[in-house]
Amino acid sequence: MAELATARHRSSASSASRRLIGRWVAETATAWSLAGPAVALMWLLLLGPAAAVVLLSFTDWSFGQPTMSWIGLGNFREMVADQLFRTSFLNTLVYVAFTMPLSVLLGLGAALLIESGTSGRGFYRTVFFLPVTATLLPMAFVFQFAYFHPTVGIINQTLSAFGLPTRDWLRDPDTALLALGVIGIWQSVGLNMVLFLAGLKGIPKDLYDAAALDGADGAWERFRRVTWPMLGPATLFVLTVTAIKSFQVFDTVIALTQGGPGNATNVLLFQMYQEGFSFLRSAYASALTCVFLLFVLVLTLLQVVLVDRKTHYG
Amino acid sequence: MRTSIAAALFRHLILATGAVLMVLPFVLMVSISLKTEGEIYHPQFSLLPTSPDGIENYVAAFAMQPLWRYLLNGVLVCVGIFLAQALFALPCAYALAKLRWPGRNLTMAFVLLGLLIPPQVPAVPVYIMLWKFGLLDSYAALILPSAISVFGIFLMRQFFRTVPDDLISAARMDGLSEVAIVWRIMLPTAIPGLIAFGILSVVGHWNDFFWPLIAIQTPELATPALGVMFFVTAEAGTNFGRLMAAATVVNAPLVIAFLIAQRWFIDGLTMSSMK
Amino acid sequence: MAEISIANISKSFAGTIILEGVSLDVANGEFLTLVGPSGCGKSTLLRIIAGLEHQDSGTIAIAGSSVDMKAPKARDLSMVFQSYALYPYMTVEENISLPLTMRRMGTLQRLPLLGGLLPGAGAIRREIAVEARQVAESLGIAHLLSRRPGQLSGGQRQRVALARAMVRQPQAFLMDEPLSNLDAKMRVKARAEISEMHRRLQATFIYVTHDQIEAMTMSDRVAVMMHGRLLQVDPPQRIYDEPKTLEVARFIGTPEINVLPGTVRHDGAIEVFDKIWPVVVDAGRHAPVSVAVRPEVWEVAQQPGEGSLLTGTVRHIELLGSETLLHVSFAGSAASVVARVEPTVATRYRLGSPIHLAVDPARILVFTENGKRAATLTRSVPSQVRNLHG
Repeated sequence: MAELATARHRSSASSASRRLIGRWVAETATAWSLAGPAVALMWLLLLGPAAAVVLLSFTDWSFGQPTMSWIGLGNFREMVADQLFRTSFLNTLVYVAFTMPLSVLLGLGAALLIESGTSGRGFYRTVFFLPVTATLLPMAFVFQFAYFHPTVGIINQTLSAFGLPTRDWLRDPDTALLALGVIGIWQSVGLNMVLFLAGLKGIPKDLYDAAALDGADGAWERFRRVTWPMLGPATLFVLTVTAIKSFQVFDTVIALTQGGPGNATNVLLFQMYQEGFSFLRSAYASALTCVFLLFVLVLTLLQVVLVDRKTHYG
Repeated sequence: MRTSIAAALFRHLILATGAVLMVLPFVLMVSISLKTEGEIYHPQFSLLPTSPDGIENYVAAFAMQPLWRYLLNGVLVCVGIFLAQALFALPCAYALAKLRWPGRNLTMAFVLLGLLIPPQVPAVPVYIMLWKFGLLDSYAALILPSAISVFGIFLMRQFFRTVPDDLISAARMDGLSEVAIVWRIMLPTAIPGLIAFGILSVVGHWNDFFWPLIAIQTPELATPALGVMFFVTAEAGTNFGRLMAAATVVNAPLVIAFLIAQRWFIDGLTMSSMK
Repeated sequence: MAEISIANISKSFAGTIILEGVSLDVANGEFLTLVGPSGCGKSTLLRIIAGLEHQDSGTIAIAGSSVDMKAPKARDLSMVFQSYALYPYMTVEENISLPLTMRRMGTLQRLPLLGGLLPGAGAIRREIAVEARQVAESLGIAHLLSRRPGQLSGGQRQRVALARAMVRQPQAFLMDEPLSNLDAKMRVKARAEISEMHRRLQATFIYVTHDQIEAMTMSDRVAVMMHGRLLQVDPPQRIYDEPKTLEVARFIGTPEINVLPGTVRHDGAIEVFDKIWPVVVDAGRHAPVSVAVRPEVWEVAQQPGEGSLLTGTVRHIELLGSETLLHVSFAGSAASVVARVEPTVATRYRLGSPIHLAVDPARILVFTENGKRAATLTRSVPSQVRNLHG
């Protein structure tokens, strides 16, 4: 019977394959009609503009100008000579170097302490996470007034209560950037804590038992032998995420210092904002954006490479 | 074991100190917002206001600036953005997760590339584009640039991949079109993911300051975060009581929502880092 | 109700051939089972019939017309999946009614809230609800209509899946291992239920399974598949008694059929372990062959008799209650055979007992080197020949 069927249909084999191609075309069209709008918007609003930023950075265009010409690396050459760029770049690095370690360490400490006991876990987690949901801009004003205010701020009130010298924290070039950093740390600790808590949950309890049998039963030994190595990938991950977030510091600068005093808090994104949207120097702003993008990409790449190398922990 | 009580006390002592530091800004915000000018600058600090007159700050805040309008704008922009993101991301995520088509791998590669690009990067060209189309300083200027979320596509694709293929086969046999499969089969199974993504999206755009600052000139179009800036007046000296009242009002919706649905918020907001 | 014709279907994926020129006609109202080991391509074939996957070449026709261009929904087939594929967030009732809702109601009418306001929507909805309830009642799950799949047992889910397939009268039912997620006891019951469902609906069933017992007990015809090819399509008993190839013979039947190495003598007689067996084949002289005997075909004796073909030792005894399996090995050979005997017969043997095996010549199966069945004639073995070999 099977042979019969074969013979009957052999003659129509070519029309069958044409029909199959028809269905393939129809299904491809369906898939693209589902994905197409998103793909188009992705190019229009994200990938296209990102590519445009790179292209613009090689031109001399200013917003509203009728003409533009290629100047090659001209913007980048200007950047290297630009004292303001050097300052803002350095400030950004200082800001990251200050906030990232503290925010990660405090997040780790909070996670370890929360996980080391059973009572109050949910409460502490909630409270530490609260700043993550806060709108940063108004909170910046809270810090400005309640903490850093030269006379009624808590910090100076406390200092003077102990007879210590006080400062105008946000107007002092030595402390303004760090003051902004404190706000950044306050907001990001909770997120890091939750990420570390998730990492801690992933450590099999057997490992602690095994370590205890091997003689590592003190808190420090447990941390050194089991927790810390097992948290390796999570830590790298948290470090990168925090670094990228710190790199994007902007809201607090605009709200509290406007880059001042004397450019002490002028950071990369703030300079980019000013060049691009206040001075309308689109090309130069694009070049600054490229630097910013490059840093984020390098950080991400670094994390991917390092995590790959450390996969034996996972 | 011998030190367990001491250790527990130590744990609570440190954590409680941390907790106080975390909530104190909120407490001070509310405290100052309820104080009169005189109380605020009183050399003797007190947490609680001494008179009920401080409530005037709120009345003044709403009278001074269209605070209601800011909140409404915030809701409008956040809802608009989230709906657009879901509308575009879900079908695309389904096609990426469950269909075989030419261009799929390339599209996925571009989505992953898009994940690497921070939101500030497209700002200059998008600004130029909106200006060309005369869309600057409008709701469209606030919503349109965020209408697509590659993270949303990526996240929903991850969720959709866990949906068994048999379920989709069954739906096809039952007569559902591919579009119907997205909305009737995939969407309901991925509701937890969509909620988490929604929280991430709404929190992100309610709190966003960078883009509204660039795109908006007209105060009536300001989102809450941008609106707070209008309470800062360099010339006359800022009235911190009113500023704090406005800050409280702007922060209240999300903080209250967080306290009600903590689990969802924590999942949603940590997901942003889980790329 | 319709016949399904599968013609010359081939399919390969990433360089691996999954189906190779499969042709098969399934008659209207027939219960056909595709059986084979996992990975043999049977599920792929079913999915190609359903339109869920595409063949590389070949044609599927339902009720006489090709459906290759048609999307799954346009083929009007029902399918029951191994995982049941119930929509987890819909109630049982919604699961069962969905195929009807999709077919009978327009896009606008299906809209939540708004759809209900459209003319006719309410009436159609009520009609669908009635039909869904009828099907649920026929399967004894009417009391579960408002539950969700997560709240049901495995057996209940399986019935919901059946109900969803039954609710519209499709051209044919496709079932992809629908019982393999049930425990052994439920499976026996469900086998009977699906058979009963087939009798009642008189519909065309194509049933995929790796379980030969399901294939044997439920089908009108069984199609044995291996390595992407159909090896044999026949009624169950015929598959068992007259396998066309050694692979089919080995795959069907538990315990597996006994296979002994033999050779063809110059006169066509078969020689196994230096003994002439009472069959003659029309195969190449002096060629090695495989001689296969079902376990229950052996006649066992404690003393050598006239028809004794093999003499061995009982190495292992498996008591199954209704029958006993005797494992027999032979001196100087790695081969061993299994004999299925009555428990009363088995009590005569101990481990290490000598045992003599005879066989009804008509039930000896011989396969040539390439695994094809060789035609056999029975013959009485001349005594002098037998004596020659002592």
